[in-house]
Amino acid sequence: MADLSTELQQQVLAARDAKQTLNIVGGGSKSFMGREAVGQRLDVSGHRGIVNYQPVELVLTARAGTLLTEIEAALAENNQILAFEPPRFSGVATIGGTLACNQSGPGRPWTGSVRDHVLGVRLINGLGEHLKFGGQVMKNVAGYDVSRLQAGAMGSLGVITEISLKVLPKPAASRTVVWDMGAQQAIAFMNQLAARPKPLSAACWLQGRLYVRLSGALSAVEATVKEWQGAELTQEQADDFWRQLGQQELSMFDKGASEDNTAIPLWRFSINSAANIPLLDEHSIIDWGGAQRWFRGEQDKLHMESLAANAGGQVSLYAGGDRRSEVMHTTPAVLQVIQKRIKTSFDPDGMFNPGRLYHWM
Amino acid sequence: MNTANKPSKDELCQLFRGFIAAHDVISDAETLKPYECDGLSMYCEMPLIVVLPENVAQVQEVLRICHRYAVPVVARGAGTGLCAGAMPNAQGVVLSLAKFKNILDINPQTRTARLQPGVRNLAISEAAAEYGLYYGPDPSSQIACTIGGNVAENSGGVHCLKYGLTVHNVLSVEMLTVEGEKISLGSDGLDTCGFDLLALINGSEGLLGVITEIQVKLLPIPEKARVVMAGFDNVQQAGDSVGGIIASGIIPAGLEMMDSYAISAAEDFAKAGYPKEAKALLLCEVDGTAEEVQEHIEQVEKLFHSFGATSVRTSQTEAERALLWKGRKSAFPAVGRISPDYYCMDGTIPRGQLAHVLTEMQRLSEHYQLRVANVFHAGDGNLHPLILFDANIPGEFAKTEEFGGKILELCVAVGGCITGEHGVGIEKIRQMSVQFTEQELLQFNAIKDAFDPVGTLNPGKGVPTLRRCQEYRSIELKPKPQNQSQNKDKNKEGAAHG
Repeated sequence: MADLSTELQQQVLAARDAKQTLNIVGGGSKSFMGREAVGQRLDVSGHRGIVNYQPVELVLTARAGTLLTEIEAALAENNQILAFEPPRFSGVATIGGTLACNQSGPGRPWTGSVRDHVLGVRLINGLGEHLKFGGQVMKNVAGYDVSRLQAGAMGSLGVITEISLKVLPKPAASRTVVWDMGAQQAIAFMNQLAARPKPLSAACWLQGRLYVRLSGALSAVEATVKEWQGAELTQEQADDFWRQLGQQELSMFDKGASEDNTAIPLWRFSINSAANIPLLDEHSIIDWGGAQRWFRGEQDKLHMESLAANAGGQVSLYAGGDRRSEVMHTTPAVLQVIQKRIKTSFDPDGMFNPGRLYHWM
Repeated sequence: MNTANKPSKDELCQLFRGFIAAHDVISDAETLKPYECDGLSMYCEMPLIVVLPENVAQVQEVLRICHRYAVPVVARGAGTGLCAGAMPNAQGVVLSLAKFKNILDINPQTRTARLQPGVRNLAISEAAAEYGLYYGPDPSSQIACTIGGNVAENSGGVHCLKYGLTVHNVLSVEMLTVEGEKISLGSDGLDTCGFDLLALINGSEGLLGVITEIQVKLLPIPEKARVVMAGFDNVQQAGDSVGGIIASGIIPAGLEMMDSYAISAAEDFAKAGYPKEAKALLLCEVDGTAEEVQEHIEQVEKLFHSFGATSVRTSQTEAERALLWKGRKSAFPAVGRISPDYYCMDGTIPRGQLAHVLTEMQRLSEHYQLRVANVFHAGDGNLHPLILFDANIPGEFAKTEEFGGKILELCVAVGGCITGEHGVGIEKIRQMSVQFTEQELLQFNAIKDAFDPVGTLNPGKGVPTLRRCQEYRSIELKPKPQNQSQNKDKNKEGAAHG
């Protein structure tokens, strides 16, 4: 429960003087993501603890190394949750890593992502300056939104030390209904359901079955279950399914026993919710009401990118495969220039997580 | 860039008239006049030229020319902003996007709309209604304000707590860089790889690029919405009951508070049936399925009573709901009737600090001898104090501005911020150095440089440059911590203002 920000700041300054690069690590649960990490390990996991939590304000502030499990336990005491349902990765995931990797669970299309819930951050930039952006209030348009910029930046803009988040009440009730159907039919059906003013909170298809979760006031959830007439899962079955999906414990997510990144590539598509990718869909997990698809298999990356682009979005090599090559969707040249300049504006010496996001960064 | 051979005003007009219809390149004083300010009319500046292009290629060419000669460019939507963010630059071009008002596509299947930047906020919901869909963020100016301006300011509204700000409801934008290069940020999907530049663009006040197309998410229109109105004898009880609702697990669609000045002004104006004797009034809207609304309304009514409400009334019909909202929505013009002028502030505070902030504000009000009425987005802590003044009294606006500045400083002191939804523009640029350190402001400037190295996009707005910021601090007689570690400031103003 220590505040190690001064030590972290000193480590950054020392690395800068020594012209060393740094590999920022929290719980280390997402080391499989991004490109291969290089540089001296900068351990943020000791910098932990909830700094401020005001349940009636719906705001929680925690140091970056705080475990999600610790945060969720504190929230549970007040019947609140992290509505973006981040994967805890066996309990070792930290809030800092969750933001840096932009990790969100099945409810993302309806309740938002970690990016949508972050209100403020403190971070140490490449000059060793400890800066504060955003704040602890829901609405704040002073200055550029540096807090949300950290989501998915994979630590390349600095060492996140503290995060303020919007938290939400736990829905009073939750029920899950299922239908057996093919992928194409499920994609169309999920989109139809999402257009109805009902308390939909997750929709995922895999292996011939569509799972739909309804969350909210008990009366609303029960009435909708009745109206939609799917087969209802027991609470235990439902909890198991959404946990395995949200915590990335389904076999599709299996990272493999080997540490050498030779596991079969796991592709993550973030695309138009109604798009069909006929080649892949039947073998995919189709989550986020169609907007996120997981596919495992040896495939040419450029081919996957063209499928994603035709489906209105992007693909990344989430896990496995060759982590020395590019793993993110190719960035157009103009955007590369802007992103490099932004990187330099935070980290002029290119010290933080070099090449983790892209080889050119 | 060739500042040495900077063209004259006439030469620039000639260049623009090479590809934009002559009457859409405005340079005469009379026609320029309406562009001298946005919704904050106390801040005025006549632009050099106004151009009204009608397609993206023309916008691109305007930007290329302005970039070539380092001419400042101020993009403008409907000009309803409240922070002088669209106030022109005397040496610059106002790039009006008023002709970009087409709804390009509404896709009921994916619940998205593709829009040109000049589409009015309300027009999106009107067009989506036939599919049972609407666009979430609803700033008070929604009848006139445009989606491009909403993105630039990251606009909110009364439904933010539940449905989010603009940044939460935009999927992608097409944008032109200061050089006129086309880029796309975001996609049809929910997340994209790399830095989240889309998040950076929302609320960037036209400092990073010019948006030419926007894709937004649409939501299903709730089956039912009802509003509960409650009057209280004191602000503390009203504030506590807001906390009570949140603690009970209900996220209301809207949760608004008004103080006694605002209540009586609004009631006189709208005849909504507000209890004029109340010291605080809450409007709590609950939406969702019919069952959910029924369940939550009963809880909210009970809570209001238990927190000591002196009156509680729940809308029984759509007409009654509209009437109860009418008072709140007309609060600004209603206050306008009890004072020659008013100045609207926009701080955000942690909700728990409300009573303290209102007490302090009362003290300041007595000090400055200026009345203040309060309208509060209580759900998300966004406070709109309306300072009543008379612009015809010499020196009174200056006094009002100073009072306003103190309110914003108070918001920062209690853990809040200087602007919740109106933006910084020119108006709050002094207070930026209250909320941020010089190092933080330098970081903002460095981000600006990444998009706009010469600093010609909406110069002088949003983020003070280091020199400005030091001037503000010295005015305030505060110590000036020197930052020697960075050399990011390139004195952009010098370049921007030629």
